Amino acid sequence: MKLLSTSGLAREFGGIKAVDGVNFTLEQGEIRAIIGPNGAGKSTFVSLVCGRIGPSAGSIEFEGRDITTMPPWRRVGLGIVYTFQITSIFKNLSCFDNVALAVQSKLLREHGLRGLHHRRLRESTMSTLELVGLHPLSHTHAGTLAYGHQRLLEVAMGLALSPKLLIMDEPTQGLADSEIVEFCRLTRSIAESATVLLIEHNMSVVMELADRITVMNAGSVLAEGTPQEIRRNADVQAAYLGA
Amino acid sequence: MTRDNTKPLLLLHVGLLLGLFLLQFVLPAYHHTNMTRIMLLAAYATGYNILVGYTGLLSLGHAMFFAAGLYGAGMAAQYIGLNPAAALLLGIMCGAGLALAAGLVALRTAGVSFMIVTLMFAQASYLLILYFNDYTRGDEGILLSESSRRLDLGWATLDFVQPTVRYNLALLVFAACLLGLLALLRSPLGRVLVAIRENPERAKLLGYDIFRYKLMALCISGAMAGSAGACFALMFGYVGATYASIQYSILVLLWVLLGGVGTAIGPLVGTVLMFYLVETASDYTSSYNLFVGLFLVLLVLFFPRGIVGWLRDRAVPWLP
Repeated sequence: MKLLSTSGLAREFGGIKAVDGVNFTLEQGEIRAIIGPNGAGKSTFVSLVCGRIGPSAGSIEFEGRDITTMPPWRRVGLGIVYTFQITSIFKNLSCFDNVALAVQSKLLREHGLRGLHHRRLRESTMSTLELVGLHPLSHTHAGTLAYGHQRLLEVAMGLALSPKLLIMDEPTQGLADSEIVEFCRLTRSIAESATVLLIEHNMSVVMELADRITVMNAGSVLAEGTPQEIRRNADVQAAYLGA
Repeated sequence: MTRDNTKPLLLLHVGLLLGLFLLQFVLPAYHHTNMTRIMLLAAYATGYNILVGYTGLLSLGHAMFFAAGLYGAGMAAQYIGLNPAAALLLGIMCGAGLALAAGLVALRTAGVSFMIVTLMFAQASYLLILYFNDYTRGDEGILLSESSRRLDLGWATLDFVQPTVRYNLALLVFAACLLGLLALLRSPLGRVLVAIRENPERAKLLGYDIFRYKLMALCISGAMAGSAGACFALMFGYVGATYASIQYSILVLLWVLLGGVGTAIGPLVGTVLMFYLVETASDYTSSYNLFVGLFLVLLVLFFPRGIVGWLRDRAVPWLP
């Protein structure tokens, strides 16, 4: 079943076409990786999908509904969740508060003000922290966490929103090898209940996780297919993998 | 905002309020009146701090909300003969209502533009007060009759002219604002406001319509300013345009900066210090603002996070 599709999606920044007429379809339940050289428009493309920025042209459909002009906080309500690169946790708040912010957003949406009952909020937050293994650090300030833990916190905040589509922007950047292994395991368990869209530079992570890969170059989709197909694709090799 | 420090927190704040209550029995008459004013101004500053300290919105026009309470309560009591309790309530609603109206426009901007737009609204309010001179009596102001400041409870009469009544009512208003702030900080709403201060972009992508939350913060802040303004009118019997002037928008910013932006008791500390600084300096010279200015330069150099903020950084990290 089709979860997300874009048609002719474009975004210009002062004459530069960062995303140039992208037609893209994402099936429910898959893990999709978007790869491409720097400046290919990957980040801009997912920013358009989650609503951080608006498109210059084209449209976006989610579960059959046109969301092109919908503000980002309402897209979160539909289940489109974006996890940032590292700089976007609340560094001056505790881990608990970081995740609680995501949890209460979801509870408020699903149950109204009654959803914000103190104990329910607390239990839900703690169980999400447990999911990524950060529960012993719940009172620690997020800014003082080790880098890998900050990454996990970011993922926990995404998970707490119960995403249907989880967009992760370079999630393994700066992680140690052992942490990457752990991250892949976590992503696979997330994918059991959500569709995952991943921007990733680490090719071994991409090859291991992705069901399908979309290759972008100069704002357009260059190729799309299974990891094996992409590996064999001559255009991709020329543009990205280095012939 | 972690939930470990409930006990010391309660001890500190209830202790502080108890101290303020006991203070009235030892203060000489002159300082007794000063403290009454200070507590009301601190309530105003506490509301301001919700906006600037916890939501990250710097308004340069907060005097208009104070004045809305002042005029709302004062004119209703004087002209319509509304009893003081109802007038106070009306004053609070005027503060919150004006905040809602101004916020719907001003909150479409952020940062420096927000400062300018709020400043502009406040100046417009000030000029409106002067323009409608027939009702507001402009610069000269309205003196409220003593009869309009008396609340008949049936079994007793609460006279707002009486120092003891004034002091305890001011304390009650300040306590309500302080405890309201503390409750807000421990609530899910407070958490969202702090998140907006720290990183609005991230808050948006957690599913929060930050415009609505900022508007809520502005209304709460406006209501607190309105309550302080209304009490000022009813207790001291004077309603004048000075209170709507830019001076009172800047003063409240200074009180909060001095005490500590984003600290619960900072506004009170800042208001007391600044009040007595001006008081002491003006004993020696008519250009007391020189001393105030010098003091502020020193503050920025050595205590950029305010007095309570400095304490929190060094010794008591659990201060809210």
